[in-house]
This record gives sequence, structure tokens and C-alpha cells, in this order.
Amino acid sequence: MLYREAGQFKASYEADQQIFPILQDRVGVLLLIGFFALAVPLFADQYWLKAILIPVLIFSLAAIGLNILTGYAGQLSLGSAAFMAVGAFGAYNFMLRIDGMPFLVAILLGGLCAAAVGVLFGLPSLRIKGFYLAVATLAAQFFIVWALVKIEWFSNYSSSGVITAQEIEILGFAFDGPVSKYLLTLFVVVVMALLAKNMVRSTTGRMWMAVRDMDVAAEVIGIRLMRTKLTAFAVSSFYCGVAGALYAYTYIGTVEPEGFNLDLSFKILFMIIIGGVGSIMGSFLGAAFIVLLPIALDVTVPVLLGDLVSASFVSNLQLIVFGGLIVFFLIVEPHGLARLWQIGKEKLRLWPFPH
Amino acid sequence: MAREIGDVVLKMEGISLSFGGVKALTNISFDVREHEIRSIIGPNGAGKSSMLNVINGVYHPQEGQVTFRGEVRRDMEPHKAAKQGIARTFQNIALFKGMSVLDNIMTGRNLKMTCNLFQHALHWGAARKEEIEHRRKVEEVIDFLEIQSIRKTPVGRLPYGLQKRVELGRALAAEPSLLLLDEPMAGMNVEEKQDMCRFILDVNDQFGTTIVLIEHDMGVVMDISDRVVVLDYGKKIGDGEPDEVKNNPDVISAYLGTSH
Amino acid sequence: MQFFFEVLIGGLLSGVLYALVALGFVLIFKASGVFNFAQGAMVFFAALTFVGFLEVLPGWTGLEEGGRAVFWLAFVLSLGAMVLLAIATERVVLRPLVNQPPITLFMATIGLTFLVEGIAQGIWGANVRGLDLGIQDEPIEYMMENFNILISSFDVFAATVAAILVAALALFFQYTRIGRALRAVADDHQAALSIGIPLRHIWVIVWAVAGFVALVAGMIWGARNGVQFALTFTALKALPVLILGGFTSVPGAIVGGLIIGASEKLAEVYVGPFVGGGIESWFPYILALGFLLIRPEGLFGERHIDRV
Repeated sequence: MLYREAGQFKASYEADQQIFPILQDRVGVLLLIGFFALAVPLFADQYWLKAILIPVLIFSLAAIGLNILTGYAGQLSLGSAAFMAVGAFGAYNFMLRIDGMPFLVAILLGGLCAAAVGVLFGLPSLRIKGFYLAVATLAAQFFIVWALVKIEWFSNYSSSGVITAQEIEILGFAFDGPVSKYLLTLFVVVVMALLAKNMVRSTTGRMWMAVRDMDVAAEVIGIRLMRTKLTAFAVSSFYCGVAGALYAYTYIGTVEPEGFNLDLSFKILFMIIIGGVGSIMGSFLGAAFIVLLPIALDVTVPVLLGDLVSASFVSNLQLIVFGGLIVFFLIVEPHGLARLWQIGKEKLRLWPFPH
Repeated sequence: MAREIGDVVLKMEGISLSFGGVKALTNISFDVREHEIRSIIGPNGAGKSSMLNVINGVYHPQEGQVTFRGEVRRDMEPHKAAKQGIARTFQNIALFKGMSVLDNIMTGRNLKMTCNLFQHALHWGAARKEEIEHRRKVEEVIDFLEIQSIRKTPVGRLPYGLQKRVELGRALAAEPSLLLLDEPMAGMNVEEKQDMCRFILDVNDQFGTTIVLIEHDMGVVMDISDRVVVLDYGKKIGDGEPDEVKNNPDVISAYLGTSH
Repeated sequence: MQFFFEVLIGGLLSGVLYALVALGFVLIFKASGVFNFAQGAMVFFAALTFVGFLEVLPGWTGLEEGGRAVFWLAFVLSLGAMVLLAIATERVVLRPLVNQPPITLFMATIGLTFLVEGIAQGIWGANVRGLDLGIQDEPIEYMMENFNILISSFDVFAATVAAILVAALALFFQYTRIGRALRAVADDHQAALSIGIPLRHIWVIVWAVAGFVALVAGMIWGARNGVQFALTFTALKALPVLILGGFTSVPGAIVGGLIIGASEKLAEVYVGPFVGGGIESWFPYILALGFLLIRPEGLFGERHIDRV
């Protein structure tokens, strides 16, 4: 009964164009952010922060990145992890080579490096579409990982390209514990998600979607295909890049290029398929789902089946469940969890009188 | 406001277009005057849509030249045509299926919006003002086409007739000086056709927009056109005012079959 | 110079294997318009099933281990498994997704990849297995003596098998009723349906044929490098092969495979040392990418005109 929009009249276009036009949604989102920013650090233990919340946030950001490219601009990419790697190694080198480099600036610069590389590998999208482009992005995936291993300058001449993230310090405060790292990640991710939402609901986003839905018509109404696609590649890679930098600095600590492999790219793709293609909200839901699912399997399967199963069985089960879910979602709900969430809200709006 | 037919704004001279070995258009010339409704008719496969595609740069003719508002060119990119004030609709609806009616029509205004990516990301100040200002313009188009009640519906869910109307709305949102309409009434029932006719005439009358129209319904064409071009097998076989064209023997034989 | 030829021939022969995987892609793409990312996983599945049966069959049936009977029984059973996989795929993935955009089907086959890999390892385990087809992997003496070039008899065998397979498929497509139906479906789904060709059966058949090709590729490959998960990565190299050859062309798959195989080995040997080696991992993709920019429809593909 609380979720009603009756009586909320929009008297101006401004009011009609808010991100959350319904009052309850605005309150709900604020409460949610408040909960994660204030309550969670007080109660969550180390394991939750380090193994679940931080990775969920970081992958949400990467999924937003891929969603901008694939969900909004319609260009399928199988190389998101490689762009994360560029962001991570970019940020590392800025921190390493420039004295007094502020951390936040370094991760943004890392993101910009990823954006530049993204544009470079996005150039073929001007001539090719669909699976052709998907294969082209595989080139980025393999080439970038190889280059980061082989060109030793990137990892400051460490063996096999392993880098260890420097300490994070912002304005004299050291972010060394899980709580502070979590809050830092939360801050960056929430701000960037908000910016992404703004982009996709403005002309930039409409141009991306126009190119996705029908490129010839888009061009006829004056949209420059090249610029629009490359912008999508740049913004998308920037998001992946920042996610990669956070991955190195607030999550893993010590990373190697091989950590950003094709499997990770697939995982991010799965996040947006399950979460919702073309939805910022869905990126969060998908990331949470994909991070939590293996943990849930690890915990529940041995309890349910006892000693019957080996560890490798669980990892194969993971493959099967992931694969099965992708097929399931594509068939049953191609717009993913975000759509289910929306349907739920619409039902609630009418409840208890569905007609 | 009484509209007055003005000077020639668009001139096609000796246009020839072929795909591989197939000739779609052969040496076609005609002109379009300011404020007029100019129709292109002809049997299926006559090259009508190809003609529109040449005008706004989707196809590049092998020969001939196009003069639009004094600027001469052989071929161009579609987005440049849009910049010059040419808008169009398509024979098979080319709406952005995943977007709402409102967003579809908003994209029509993209050329008039000047804020950049970063301003959009912040959605503050100029970007916000711009968005609202253009929303106001778009709402005018929505009012004009009487589609207020569906503004937030995804276009994929609309019936065919309404989709055609939304597509017209997207073209109008750009405030074009030349509007190309490719069979705007195909597949419509009589009432829908009447509505569409009214919109076309109103656009022409109120905004002074020059219109190039492809249509199969001869009744409509003869009623609303100022002048008509007739194509058959990629060649021009008639050109003139509706009455003139109606009595042209070549045209009659193209439509009814010849009895040589 | 003879070193160059050895590298070239070695590359061409590994290209034959890429071509075999690519062939499966092309068959499926032609008949169902699906870009089957899972083809590599199918190769892995087939190879694992085959060696799995080789291991368990002697225990079940009492046949002599490593004997001919076991070999053929395992082959037939694996083929049966591939047919089952084809039926299941049609039923569970293709049928519910008919008329969806191609990109959706493509993503579905990525899901299928994981499913198939998980099921294969779930049944047969994940450890690396050797596979002995009884073909010797030794240099051919004749070539050694006369031309001083090292060519393995195994590689020649693999190339021969591939050639026979391609010829057999070509005959099958050209001269059988099913083949004609397949070509009709490839040309136009709607038209094929309207003259009474049962689309679903055709899809099952073509996926089964692709499964058969995968089995042959998996056996040869498994015999060469062992049956292991890494097979799925090598199989990914079939993607640049397709880009080079065009998605719809059988000769394209073969020529593309040979070009990719030869060029990656030559690049590794002659360019690799200057940049630290290991360029085989990305060279085919970059080559295909560069090629795409020049000729987006591939060597043998058809040029596509966008109609408005």
C-alpha cells in the first residue's frame, strides 16, 4: 500500500524527466545508498566486504561499461576484461612514475588509457557489425593481455607482468582496511553509475540507442555513426578501465595480466545478460548474481549432497549453471533481472487491485 | 497563411544509379519548388525509393548531379543531408524499436542540441535546460500529431498506423525545410489515410515545408499534389500537374498495361 | 629455405585442423543462420566422450583394450552422443529462440559453450588424457631423403582425413535429398518452409553433421595434443578463419584455415623472436581484423547490400 503514485502529479517537463519520477523510488534509492554507506560498514565482517561487496561493486561498474557498449549502443564486445587490464596497469604506472599522484586522478587516467585503447579497437566497428565485431574484440582481448605480459615496462619489469598495487592515500588518509576500501569503491561506483544514468537518458544515450536499433535511420536524421560508435567505445572502455583499476587497488591487490582473461570477459557479458541488457540497474543486479552464485553453490552443494561430490564437480556444476542460466534468461526474460524488478514494481503499484 | 509556391529548391539532373549490373534509375531529371507537394509515382520497382535515397545521400548515383538550395553535389552522406534540412520517413518503418515514442521523436532533434557528452553526464545547468527546452518542442509535435496518450509507450508495441505517425513526428521534430515521405499511407485504412493526409497538408500549410511524396493511392496523390513525376522501370515517363499526368498516354499504359 | 618450408608445411597442417572446426561453424551458419560459438566446445565434448568410451568400454563389454572393436564402438557411441547433443540443442536452445535477432542466438551459443563444457567434464572428469589413434607421428623417410624436409606422417594423415571429409560433405550436399533441402534452407528459411521442408529436422541434421565434423576434428586434435580443456581455446582460432574465409563458404573455411595456420606459424618463427614470442595467441585475430577492414565479407563471402 505504500508504493503508490496516486496524487503525484508532474506539472513540468523537469519533474517528468527525473531519474526516479516516483517519490517512493527516490526515497528507496536514498535509503539503499544510505544503508550501504552507513549501516553495512558497521555490521559487515571482513569476508563480506572483501569477497562479496567490493567485487560486486567493481563488477557492477565493469558491467555498466559493457552495457553502455552492448546494451545501449548495440556493439557486442568479448574483450571487456582486457580494457579492465589497461585501466589497472595504466593507474599502476601513473602511481608509480609520477610522484605525489593523487589516487583518484590515477584511476581516472587509467580509465582514459582504456578509453584510448577502446577507441582504437572500436575503429573496425565502423565497417563491421554483429559477430564480426565480436570476433574483432577477441583480438583486443588476446593482444592486450599479451602486450602487458611481454612489454615489461608496463609492470615495471616484474616477472610475468605481475603488479602489486601501491598503498592508497587520499588527503593524508590511508585506505588500508576493508571498510575504508569498501567505502571508497562504493563512492566511485555510485558516482559513476549516476553519471552513466545521466548519459543514457540524454541525447548521448538516445543516439547510442538509435544506432543500435537502426543505423541507417539514425544516419538519416543526422547522427554521425562513426562519432557515436566511437564515443560508446570510449565511454564503455573508460568504465571498464576504472573498474579494472579498482579491481587491482581495492580488491585483489596483486594482479597479473592473465587475470584479465577471456573468462572474465565472458563473466561480465553474463552479468549484463542476466542483469538486463540496456539497464544500469540491471548491471548491479547481474554483477551481484554472478558473484554470489558460485559462492552459493560452494556453500550449498556440499551440504545437500554431502561427500558424494568432489570440488571439481562443483566447478563443473558452476559451468553448467552459468551456461544454463544464460540460455534460460535469453529465452524467458531477455531483459533480465532488471525487467523482473520492473514488473514486480508495476504489480506492486496496482496491488491489491490488479485491474 | 496562404502558401505560395516559390523558386526551385531541389534540382535533380541526369541521375543514373545501378547496383551491380542492375539499373535502378536511368538519366532522370526533375525539380522541386519551395513549398510545393511533389509526388513521385510509378509501379512497384520503378525506382521511387531509390530516388529518395539519392536525394538524401543513402545511395550514391553513378551519374548526374543534385542541386539543393544552390549547392551542387553528386553524392553526400545522409547526416549531411539532415544538416541541410532534409528529413524523411521510410517505406518499411525505420523507428528505433527499443525506445519510447518520446525518445524516438527526441532523436529527431539531435542536430539542434549542442551539449556534449560531459554535460550530459552531469545533467546539470545547460544540458538540463536544453533537454527541457527540446522536450517542449517535441511535445508540440506530439500535440500536432495527436499522440499524447502514447508518448511513453515503446514504439515496438504500437500498431502500424501509429508507428507511421511517430515516424513522421521524428522527421518533423528536426524542423526540416524538405520532407521526403516514402509511402506514408501504405497499409492504412481509409480513416488513417485521411488523418495522414490532413497531417501532410497541415505540415505543408502551417510550416511551409516542401514535401516530396511517394504514394500508391492515386486518389490521394492527385488530390494533394501540386506536381507529379511518374517513373517506370527507372525511367521518367511523365511530369507535370496531376491532370496533365492523368491524361498522359505513357502513364496510362504503364499503369494499365499496353495494348500495342 | 628448407626450414621455411618445414614451418610452412607444419603451419598448413595445423591450419587443416582449424579448417575442420571452421567447417562445423560454416555448416551450422549456412543452414540455421546461427553463429555457433559452441563449436569449439563441441570438439572438446566429442573428443572427451570418445576417449572416455575408449577407457570404460573394455570394462563394460569385456572387449580387448585398445582393440579395433573398442575403437569403432567408441566412435559410434560418440557419434550417437553428438546426435543427442544436436537434438537437445535444437529442442532447448534453437526452437525457443527462433526468430530472435542473430546476436541473441550468438549469445545463447556462448551459454551453450559453458553448458557443454561443464557437462563433458562433469561426466568424464577434467584430467588431461592422451589419445592414440595408432598413427605414427614420425617424419616420412621419403621426404627426408629426397627433399631433406621433416614432415610427420601423422600430419599427412590428418590432412588426408580432412580432405576426405570435405569431399564427402560436398557430395552429401550436392547429391542427396537432405543435402538439397539443406541448401534450400540456407538460401531462404521461409521459402524452404513453404515448400514443405521440415526446418526442425534440418536443424537437427545439420547440427548432428557439425557434431560429426567436431568428432573427427577432436580425435585428430586430441591425438596430437592430448584431450584437454585447452582444446576449446585452440578451437577459438576457427573464428578468425571464418572471418577470412567468409561465414557461408566451405572452400573459404578450408583456405582460411590454411592461411591462418601457415601465417601464424611463420609469424611466430620469423617475427616472434623480435617481440618476445607468443604472438600465436593473437596473430590470427589481428590478421583477421586487418583483413576485415579491407574486405568485410571475407574471401569467399557474398557482399551484402543494405536495402532501405
